[in-house]
Amino acid sequence: MIINLQNIRKSFFCGKPNELEILHGIDLQVDSGEFISIVGESGSGKSTLMNIIGALDHPTEGNYYLDGCNIGSAGDRELSGIRNQKIGFVFQTYNLIARTSALANVELPMLYGGIPKQKRTARAKELLELVEMGERMGHKPDELSGGQKQRTAIARAMANNPSILLADEPTGALDSETGRHIMDIFHRLHKEQGKTVILITHSKELAEETERIITLKDGEIAGERRGGTIC
Amino acid sequence: MLIVENIKLAFGALFCNKMRSLLTMLGIIIGIGSVIAIMTVSSSLTASISDSFQEMGANNITVGIKQSGEEEEVRNNGMRFGTSGRTVSADEEDLITDEMIAKLQSAYPEQIEAVSLSETIGNGTAESGKSSSNLSITGINEGYFTGKKISLLAGRKIKQSDLEGSRKVILVSDKVVETLFDGDNHAALCQPVSIKFNTINETYYIVGVYKYEESSNFSSASDQELTTTAYIPLSTGKEMIHSNNGYSQFTAVTASSINSVSEFADKVETFFAPYYAANEDYEIAASTMESMTESMSEMIQTVAIAIAFIAGISLLVGGIGVMNIMLVSITERTREIGTRKALGAKNSSIRLQFIIESVILCLTGGCLGILAGFLLGAVAASILGYSAAVPVGAILLAVGFSMAIGMFFGYYPANKAAKLDPIEALRYE
Repeated sequence: MIINLQNIRKSFFCGKPNELEILHGIDLQVDSGEFISIVGESGSGKSTLMNIIGALDHPTEGNYYLDGCNIGSAGDRELSGIRNQKIGFVFQTYNLIARTSALANVELPMLYGGIPKQKRTARAKELLELVEMGERMGHKPDELSGGQKQRTAIARAMANNPSILLADEPTGALDSETGRHIMDIFHRLHKEQGKTVILITHSKELAEETERIITLKDGEIAGERRGGTIC
Repeated sequence: MLIVENIKLAFGALFCNKMRSLLTMLGIIIGIGSVIAIMTVSSSLTASISDSFQEMGANNITVGIKQSGEEEEVRNNGMRFGTSGRTVSADEEDLITDEMIAKLQSAYPEQIEAVSLSETIGNGTAESGKSSSNLSITGINEGYFTGKKISLLAGRKIKQSDLEGSRKVILVSDKVVETLFDGDNHAALCQPVSIKFNTINETYYIVGVYKYEESSNFSSASDQELTTTAYIPLSTGKEMIHSNNGYSQFTAVTASSINSVSEFADKVETFFAPYYAANEDYEIAASTMESMTESMSEMIQTVAIAIAFIAGISLLVGGIGVMNIMLVSITERTREIGTRKALGAKNSSIRLQFIIESVILCLTGGCLGILAGFLLGAVAASILGYSAAVPVGAILLAVGFSMAIGMFFGYYPANKAAKLDPIEALRYE
C-alpha cells in the first residue's frame, strides 16, 4: 500500500467564524501500481484531496501515510523532498516554466534533486524521446502545441522516477484526439513501468478506463467501483 | 550547481525584458557612473598635481618667515606654505639674512646641495639697435637653477664670480634673442643690451640663452610683446633697486642622499628658531613639496568623498527601484513559483533564485555604470587637460557595492516569494 489516507479532514479559516470544512473524513488506500481515478463535480473537494495527496498541503485532521511514512507533521524541507522524489505532477494548464526549453523544463526536478548536469541532460533526453518529443526538445513552451506541452509536462513528472503520478485534469485543455494520445501515455507508463497513477477528472469516459473509480461528493467518498474496460 | 543555473536563468530574465531591466538599472547606472566619473577625475587630478609638484622639486625645502599668530590656522588646514604669496610687511630685522643662510649651509654641508635665492626686481625692456623686448627681471644666486628644469641653448648660467663682482651680466630667453638678434643664439652671446627699468638705463652683457617654455599662462601676445624672464646676478639686482634687505623666503635644495625631506625641514626650522626666539611678530616655517602635495591631495579627496556621498543617495533610490521591480516580477511569476515548489523546490531554493536575479540585475547595472562613469571621467579629465587614471579601488568598491545593493534590496522580495503557499501560487491567475 503506497498511499494510506485515514479519516482525513481539511478545514479552511480554522478558528474563525467562517470556518469551512471541505473534506469530512476521507479514508482511501491505494496500492502500488494501481491506476485509479477520482471523479466528482466542482466543489466536491477533488482539488483539496489532490493537494493533500501531492504533499502540497497538510490535512487539518487525520493521518496520511505515504510509502509508510506519516507526512502529517513534515516541514517544508521534508515535503519538498517528497514532492521532488516520490510524486510527479501533471497539471491541466501544463505549468511549464516559460522562457526555458522543453529540455530545461524536464531537467528542473532533477536540478532540485541535486543530480549532476550530464546525468540530468541524458535522463531528460531519454524521457522526451519516450513521450515522442525528441524532435522538439530545444523549443520553448510558447513554441509548442497543447499536446506537446502536456507530453513535456509528463516527461518532467517522470524526471526523478517517482512511484506516483498525480494528474489533475491532464486532458482538460486538449481536444479529444490529443487527449487520447495523452491518456495512452499514462496507460503505457502504468503498464510498462508500473507507476501508480492517480487521475483526477470530470470525464466519466476517461474514468472508465481506470482500474478503480472513486466518486467524491460534498467532501466525502460517495462511491467506489471497479473500472470498465481497460483498453 | 544551483547557483550556476540560477545565474543563467537570471540573465535569461534580464534579456527577456530588456527595456524594463534597463530602466530598473538606470538608478544604479547613474549612481555608480557618477561615483566612478568623480573618482576618475579626482585620481587623475591628484596624480597630475603630485607629478607637477615633483617636477618643481621634491627635494626642495621652502623656508620662509610667517606671522606668529597664523600658526594654528595654517596647521589646521594641513598647509605649510609659510608666507609665500602673502604681502609681508616685515621690517628689516624680521627678514632672513645672508649670514643666517651661510650658517645654515655650514651647519648642514652634507644635506644641503644648494640654496636658491631670488628677488623680483621688476619689469623692464631690453634694447639693441631699434628693436626691444619685454623682460621680467629677476635677481638670482648661483644655486637658483639647482634642481630646476631649464635648458640652456647657448652660453652659461649665472656664476658665483658674477655675484661677487656684481657684474652686469644677463641670462635671457631665446624669445629675446629672436627679437633682438634674429634668433642667432650664439651670435647674441657677449653682446651688449641696454636694460631699461624705471628710470634706470644700464648696459648688460648677455652670458647665456635659455629655452623659453610655454607656460600655462594664457598669453596671446605676439613674440615682441611677450614678457619673458631675464636673470641677473642677485647682488647686481640689489644694487639696481638700492636694496640691502634680507629675504622673506628662500629654497634649500637638499641632497638626494637624504632619507626624509620633511624630517630635514623640521631640522631647518629648529635651526632658525634661536634667531626668531625674541621676535614677537615672525617665525620661520619650512615646507616641502611633499607636504604640499599631501595637503592638496587631501583636499581633493575630501571634495570627492562629499560628492560620492551624494551619488550614494542615487544608489539608494536605484536600489529601491530594483526592489519594486522584483516585487512586480514575483507577482507576475507566481504560478512559476508554485510550479517550482510542486516540482520539489525548497523555500531556500526559491529565495536563492530571486536574490541571484536581483544581484545580477544590480551587478549588470553596476558594470554599465562603471563603463559609463569611466568614459565620462576620461572625457572630463581630458577637457581639464589631465590624463585619465583608472580608479581601481573605486571600481572594485562599485562592483562590491552594487552586489550588496542587489542582496539587500532583493532579500525582501525573494523572501516573500519563498514563503508563497504553493497551492495559492498554483491557483493564481
